[in-house]
Amino acid sequence: MNEAKPYAFPFAAGARFDPATVSGFMNGRGHGGFLGLHYLAHGGDWIEMGLPWREDLVGVPESGVLASGPIITLLDNATSMSVWVRSGVFRPQVTLDLRLDYVRAATPKRTVVARAECYRITRSAAFVRGLAHDGDPADPVAHAAGVFMAMEPGA
Amino acid sequence: MSVAALPPYALSLGMTVERLENGVPLIALEFDGKVEGRPGFLHGGAIGGLLEMAAIAALRAELLARNTQPQIKPVNVTVEYLRGGTRQRTFALGKVTRAGRRIANLSAEAWQDDPAKPIATAWMNVLLA
Repeated sequence: MNEAKPYAFPFAAGARFDPATVSGFMNGRGHGGFLGLHYLAHGGDWIEMGLPWREDLVGVPESGVLASGPIITLLDNATSMSVWVRSGVFRPQVTLDLRLDYVRAATPKRTVVARAECYRITRSAAFVRGLAHDGDPADPVAHAAGVFMAMEPGA
Repeated sequence: MSVAALPPYALSLGMTVERLENGVPLIALEFDGKVEGRPGFLHGGAIGGLLEMAAIAALRAELLARNTQPQIKPVNVTVEYLRGGTRQRTFALGKVTRAGRRIANLSAEAWQDDPAKPIATAWMNVLLA
C-alpha cells in the first residue's frame, strides 16, 4: 500500500492548465494518490480518470464491492479538474456540494472510470456533472452533479 | 455484525469508532497524508466517505436494535461542504430520519474541534433488501 505524503500545491492561480501534468501531481500524493487515481484522457470540457479496484477499499467484504467513498473522491477530483480543463487556467476552488446517485454496485476487481464535464463557469462558481462506469459508459455505476466555488472570484 | 464493525475501506483510511452516543457509533478519522486533498486540508472525498460511514453506522445500530439485518444498498448521497477540514481529527455522527421497510433516509454531520461548527453535512437515501 502506498502511504501518501502531505504536499504543497505547485501551481499558481491563473497558470495555464495541463490536465495530464496536474493530474499526475494531484493524484500522485494525498488522498488521490492513496486511492491510486490516474489520468486517462481529456477533451475541451471533460476529463477521464481511473480508480483501480483494491481489496482494502472494499465496502462490503462478503461481495468485494468497492466502498462508495473512493467513488466520491474519484468524481470529486475528476469534476474538479474538468473546470480547469474547460477554462484552460488553474483557479483555486473548493467543493460547495456534490451529489451522487449510485445506479448500481461496481463490479469487484474492475477499475472504475469517471468521465466528468464542466458545463458552465461563472465569476464565482463552476457547475459540473459526471458519471462513473466499470467498462461500459452506457451502463454506469454512478452519476454525479456538483458545484465548485472559486476561492477568489475572478473576471 | 457488531454495531461497531467498520468495512476495509474505513479501516484503511484510519476510521475508528470513538464511542457510542445513545447507541449510535461516533466515527473518528485521523488526519494524515492518506486523506489530504489540497495541501493542509482534508479531501472532500474522504469527508464524504466518513459521512456515509457515519450515516450507515447509525442505520445499522437502529436495525440491530429492531432485531433486523437487511442488506443496505446506497441509492444516493448529497454532501455539502461548509468549512475546510484542517490537520486534526474529524468526527462524524449519523442520524436516521426515517427507516421504513424498504427505504431509509439518513443524514450525517462532521466536525473537528467544535461540534457546533460542522465542516460538512450529508443526506443519504438507502434501500433495504
